[in-house]
Amino acid sequence: MNDKIISQVCSTYNNNKTRMMDIVTTLNKQLGGIDDESIDLIAKATGSPRVLVESTISFYSFLSKDKKGDVVVRLCNDVVDNMQGAKEIKEVFEQELGIKCGETTEDGKVTLEETPCIGMCDQAPAALINETVVTSLTKDKAKQVAQDLKGGAAAETLVKDLGDGNNANDLVKSMVNNNVKKKGEVIFADREDNVGLKAAIEKTPESIIEDLKISKLRGRGGAGFPTGLKWAFTRSADGDNKTVICNADEGEPGTFKDRVILTEECNLLFEGMTIGGYVIGAETGIIYLRGEYAYLKVFLEDALDKRREANLLGKNILGKDGFNFDIRIQLGAGAYICGEESSLISSCEGLRGDPKTRPPFPAQKGYLQTPTAVNNVETFCSVARILEKGGVWFAEIGTEASPGTKLLSISGDCDNPGVYEFEFGVTINDMLSESGAKDTKAVLVGGPSGQIIGKDDFDKAICYDDLATGGAIVVFNSTRDILKIALEYMEFFVEESCGYCTPCRAGNVLLRNCLENIVEGKGQTTDLKYLEELGESVQFSSRCGLGQTSPNPILSTLKNFKADYEALVKEDDGFNPAFDINKALSVAEDIQGRKSVIFNENH
Amino acid sequence: MTKPKIATTSLAGCFGCHMSILDIDERILQLVELVDFDKSPVDDIKKFTGRCLVGIIEGGCCNEDNVHVLKYFRENCDVLIALGDCAINGCIPSMRNEIPLKECFDEAYKDGPTVYNPEGIIPNDPEIPLVLDRVYPCSEVVKIDYHLPGCPPNADIIWEALVALLNNKPLDLPYELVKYD
Ligand SMILES: Cc1cc2nc3c(=O)[nH]c(=O)nc-3n(C[C@H](O)[C@H](O)[C@H](O)COP(=O)(O)O)c2cc1C
Ligand code: SF4
Ligand code: SF4
Repeated sequence: MNDKIISQVCSTYNNNKTRMMDIVTTLNKQLGGIDDESIDLIAKATGSPRVLVESTISFYSFLSKDKKGDVVVRLCNDVVDNMQGAKEIKEVFEQELGIKCGETTEDGKVTLEETPCIGMCDQAPAALINETVVTSLTKDKAKQVAQDLKGGAAAETLVKDLGDGNNANDLVKSMVNNNVKKKGEVIFADREDNVGLKAAIEKTPESIIEDLKISKLRGRGGAGFPTGLKWAFTRSADGDNKTVICNADEGEPGTFKDRVILTEECNLLFEGMTIGGYVIGAETGIIYLRGEYAYLKVFLEDALDKRREANLLGKNILGKDGFNFDIRIQLGAGAYICGEESSLISSCEGLRGDPKTRPPFPAQKGYLQTPTAVNNVETFCSVARILEKGGVWFAEIGTEASPGTKLLSISGDCDNPGVYEFEFGVTINDMLSESGAKDTKAVLVGGPSGQIIGKDDFDKAICYDDLATGGAIVVFNSTRDILKIALEYMEFFVEESCGYCTPCRAGNVLLRNCLENIVEGKGQTTDLKYLEELGESVQFSSRCGLGQTSPNPILSTLKNFKADYEALVKEDDGFNPAFDINKALSVAEDIQGRKSVIFNENH
Repeated sequence: MTKPKIATTSLAGCFGCHMSILDIDERILQLVELVDFDKSPVDDIKKFTGRCLVGIIEGGCCNEDNVHVLKYFRENCDVLIALGDCAINGCIPSMRNEIPLKECFDEAYKDGPTVYNPEGIIPNDPEIPLVLDRVYPCSEVVKIDYHLPGCPPNADIIWEALVALLNNKPLDLPYELVKYD
């Protein structure tokens, strides 16, 4: 029945199995789900083993074998959303639709689900309805949305007021707001497009690498690897075809600054990527756009088309003989791990988003075995500006060891959530006062994979050798329960672990369970040491960056909020307070119709 | 000087771990020089006669009696060792953990292919300990001081561990003894 659609979609992508992500996301959208029969057809058309198709579909949370409703409502259940009432919003949806999260209405119209951070913390609570983002939900708004959907309204029609800037563009038409609260010298500056690119093609790739080294630019995605060095490695790696990939997965809860760059400054990004292609000698460029930002895809594609028309992409770019480079957009499908560069590459290759074993590093063998440079959105933008204004100019902004500016996505308990472009070296205190945060108890720096810090550290500075961050800053005031917040973040890692290696797959569950016991008052003093040791083991023995950082919500709160733990745990008396004999016996007591003899006095 | 005392028990296990204790062979003569055995299937002492230095636990907890005995050991021993995979993580008995208890009972007593039980009775004498909703590893019930993995752990591991403990020395296990793949 679906043969025709399937063969059509497959042939749009030349029956190429490395484009499996595009094939299955397109089909999932058209068919509502990809059943066994369809999987067979896709496997046949693309000449890939069935299991590869099925494992790709089963990996991503936006893809499924079961047919979902015409409209899928994904309520963001991030910590910040929960602080701002997401739980009540969920109740409203459940009540109005008459279903629980995870279910579909009987008429097949609406499916209700929860999803981790969708990059809208500054306008929470938010939800993703098919590809449409709905922000700043109140109970009344939620009720209206649910009723509209029940009445058969299409997701796009839910957008009543358009957001600022390009959010109101005809190709975007979104209610999302940019909330740019502070502009700086590098990213949100007054400038002219393509000056950097034009300057670049007058230079040799080697001298551009030299510029980047002088600028001391380091990656803005979190790990902070020097960009000049990464590009030099990729340039000198063996291989005729090379690849430049922009990491626009922005999955770290609390981060939303790349979304704003994509909306307002996408040409700066494309310019940086094109310079990347020139420097490392790549003709292929890919933007890995998280599935949550699919609403920007048509807009970005249009911008790419315009660049092609202006010979800023394509063959012999700007008349430079032999300089060929083009960019395609690869849409993700709801998997945090795909922000990790080797998983991201797997996903671009049409596979499950499993991290790859290193070495070889992406710079040696990345996308389809070609030497690949993966960089964050903001990094590429900085490169374009460095080529425009010079490495020395850049090096003088910020601090000596961390030059430049950093976009911070600030949300949580503050009056002015949004995106701030600060120079490196800004202290937490400055940042808090500028964003209107009061009575602050804790700050999450760098998302859950970063650290939760307390007052003692508020005089520290954002930079690579003090407090490093990919850009997520979440503020918590004194009414917040820090351990419950840490628990929610552990829940996130348990969900998002790809499951490949045991320390991360099982270790995070054990960490989560132990913290949960403590939060419920069933913890013991010895649990604190257990958490610390297990956390360190998970960090030490995990295969990729996810597991190497996932214990951080626990380890950083153990360090900075020890008293919160100590107030909850009981002295160790040799017995595990989390073990509940009554609960353990209740099933058998029901089946057998008698009470325990041994533990009867406890009943 | 009075000798320190050791106690052992088998909870939801197969006694394989106890067999492995016996596998220390003639070293058992050295062991009885070092320690006295208190409550244990080895000597059939049912109740603790006094405080013990070491309690060795085989098996996890699948029923209320297991929990009772385990707590009794915790109360009477300074150091508890979880011996073998059943004690450490539930092992084979915990394979039932994914199946609701009612289904386990029905399969075992009513519907199993070799069952003859025309009246469909599930044994229910008050003497029979009630079964827990799932099998619990020992550490989920009481504090366990040391874990010796294996199914069963090699006799040499048991021997080395006891000697180290009794002499208050760090345990040095060669790789070959703790390598299971
Ligand atoms: C679990 C995980 C998620 C990540 N998510 C992102 C992301 O969303 N965006 C990003 O730029 N980098 C992310 N990274 C870092 C990338 O692996 C990589 O280091 C980065 O994209 C390199 O770009 P840069 O050098 O420009 O920072 C993530 C890393 C891990 C381990
Ligand atoms: S650390 Fe976690 S996410 Fe990374 S490979 Fe292992 S299981 Fe997968
Ligand atoms: S660990 Fe193995 S040998 Fe020991 S009791 Fe369990 S099944 Fe038997």
